[in-house]
Amino acid sequence: MSDREGAVYDSRRPPQPADQHTRPTTERPWVKWTLIGIAFAFMALIVLLPLVIVFVEALKKGLDTYLASFGDRQSLAAIQLTLLVAAISVPLNLVFGVMAAWCVAKYEFWGKSFLTTLIDLPFSVSPVVSGLVYVLLFGAQGWFGPFLKANNIEIIFAVPGIVLATVFVTFPFIARELIPLMQEQGNTDEEAAISLGATGWQTFWRVTLPNIRWGLLYGVLLCNARAMGEFGAVSVVSGHIRGKTTTMPLDIEILYNEYNFTAAFAIASLLAALALLTLIFKTILELRFGDALAGSRRH
Amino acid sequence: MEIRVQDIRKEFSRYPALNDVSLDIRSGELIALLGPSGSGKTTLLRLIAGLETPTAGRIFFGDEDASSKSVQERNVGFVFQAYALFRNMNVLENIMFGLKVRPRATRPPAAEIRRRALELLDLVQLSGLDKRFPQQLSGGQRQRVALARALAIEPRVLLLDEPFGALDAMVRKELRKWLREIHDRTGHTTVFVTHDQEEALELADRLVVMSQGKIEQVGTPDEVYDTPSNPFVFGFIGESSALPVTVENRELWVGGRAIGLPAPHDATGDARLFFRPHDVELVEDGAALAGVVAAARRVGGTRRVELEIGGYPDRIEIDLPFDHPAGEKTRIAFRPKRWRLFEGKTGQ
Repeated sequence: MSDREGAVYDSRRPPQPADQHTRPTTERPWVKWTLIGIAFAFMALIVLLPLVIVFVEALKKGLDTYLASFGDRQSLAAIQLTLLVAAISVPLNLVFGVMAAWCVAKYEFWGKSFLTTLIDLPFSVSPVVSGLVYVLLFGAQGWFGPFLKANNIEIIFAVPGIVLATVFVTFPFIARELIPLMQEQGNTDEEAAISLGATGWQTFWRVTLPNIRWGLLYGVLLCNARAMGEFGAVSVVSGHIRGKTTTMPLDIEILYNEYNFTAAFAIASLLAALALLTLIFKTILELRFGDALAGSRRH
Repeated sequence: MEIRVQDIRKEFSRYPALNDVSLDIRSGELIALLGPSGSGKTTLLRLIAGLETPTAGRIFFGDEDASSKSVQERNVGFVFQAYALFRNMNVLENIMFGLKVRPRATRPPAAEIRRRALELLDLVQLSGLDKRFPQQLSGGQRQRVALARALAIEPRVLLLDEPFGALDAMVRKELRKWLREIHDRTGHTTVFVTHDQEEALELADRLVVMSQGKIEQVGTPDEVYDTPSNPFVFGFIGESSALPVTVENRELWVGGRAIGLPAPHDATGDARLFFRPHDVELVEDGAALAGVVAAARRVGGTRRVELEIGGYPDRIEIDLPFDHPAGEKTRIAFRPKRWRLFEGKTGQ
């Protein structure tokens, strides 16, 4: 093999000793290391530095001030609201996502590609627009506005609106994680189960769900991260009533605009920490169950 | 359990996969559905299992009309080509699955389920591997587990869809023998799908030869091999050579010469002569088929030569003893010992 590698550069040269860096099919070392270096520098500048800044700014005035930020009544309410919204929207999307993925992967039906496109829509639409459509639907001047007002139901500028907007924005995460996975696995396991006498429900719990569990968990993690961090859509429907309809991202913006940098960065650090935890958890999953997740990653 | 398939038709989005197929399967027999891909053999098997619903026609299990019964109600053991073992369960759990999911009223006690699963594991000669997961088994072992799992529910009929299709040649041969043994021991009515004629001929009590959504012939391996009922079966089962001939004066003619074979009937006109390459005798004189050797190759213990017969564009294959001195351009005269004639130019 080493003979050939030598021949790539100069056929008249005598056979070179094996050099693992100069395989005929790869670039030369300096190209490789330059590319890797650029990638690292770029990531450090664009991703790592801001992340570090968040924690540095948050802890600038000492740990006491940092911790005091979380004692603030309004910030506490924002944290609670964020957790509540995630606690509602993630399970909802879990159920809807599994159902949608099941339909797309296991059935053939008219309008299937339309459904698949719809599932992707929240990714392609700007979050602000997603928030706006809910205002147009449920707002005071919206389609259902008079009806809601007559029945004393508050959606926009209230928690239901925030949940709706979050569900909309985070819907694709679980469905898109599962569709390729379920398509790849096909129907045979389910057919085997029903031929052995299992009911549809038993088949789902004992065969389908275990087969997709890691992909599902992965989707839930991504969905949760986005549900907690969503800003645009939530911002439009929230109305920014502090202590009532502000989630953590909105609270951060308000605090920042009030020049309360330490508190803003403290809350931001909490969100960032959540994101980091999610990533760490995700990486552990990937390392352990890489095979089951392979082919299901698109973002 | 006898199974009767009655005028079954199946269409997939307007394309017919099966055309008015009827078939009687006898209780306790091992029957093979054999055909090229697209012949509808797997569709027929899935229809019997209830994994597909027929467009028209009925299927009887014994005297009971099973056509409208669900897969679960039919109680069939189905073995898939790609094993379809549950990867989150170990071998024993896989085998126990069918009993565990039964409603409480008909479910045996846990200890009994376990005992039966272990017994089946023994039957498929995998004792000791009960804690393994499917990924830790070889292909042949996986298919044995799949069979044990299918047998665990005490199925009324055992259906196997290309059970050895994903295995390599050596394992296939071994499993083939082993399946025959299991069948003889358990006595289940067994239907299996295969595209491998050797497998079907060796394993089955009867063969169902299918092509393009129709059954071409049903019979024992001997019947199908020795007296194929039409050109398709002759060409599909075993090696065959075919040659257009003319029938006249109760004799067969090729290119204006009699070839020394008597016509089986009075009719005159075009026909197609079929014979097996190994079923020929070389003749020194007298009327015979004669050709020039165009190519020769060694096939196992014999030498297969391709002959060019005057005026006929396709070459004809016959087998010679491997030490036969025939070389390129040698002229060889032969007569088929056993042969069949199908009327018409294309033999249809």
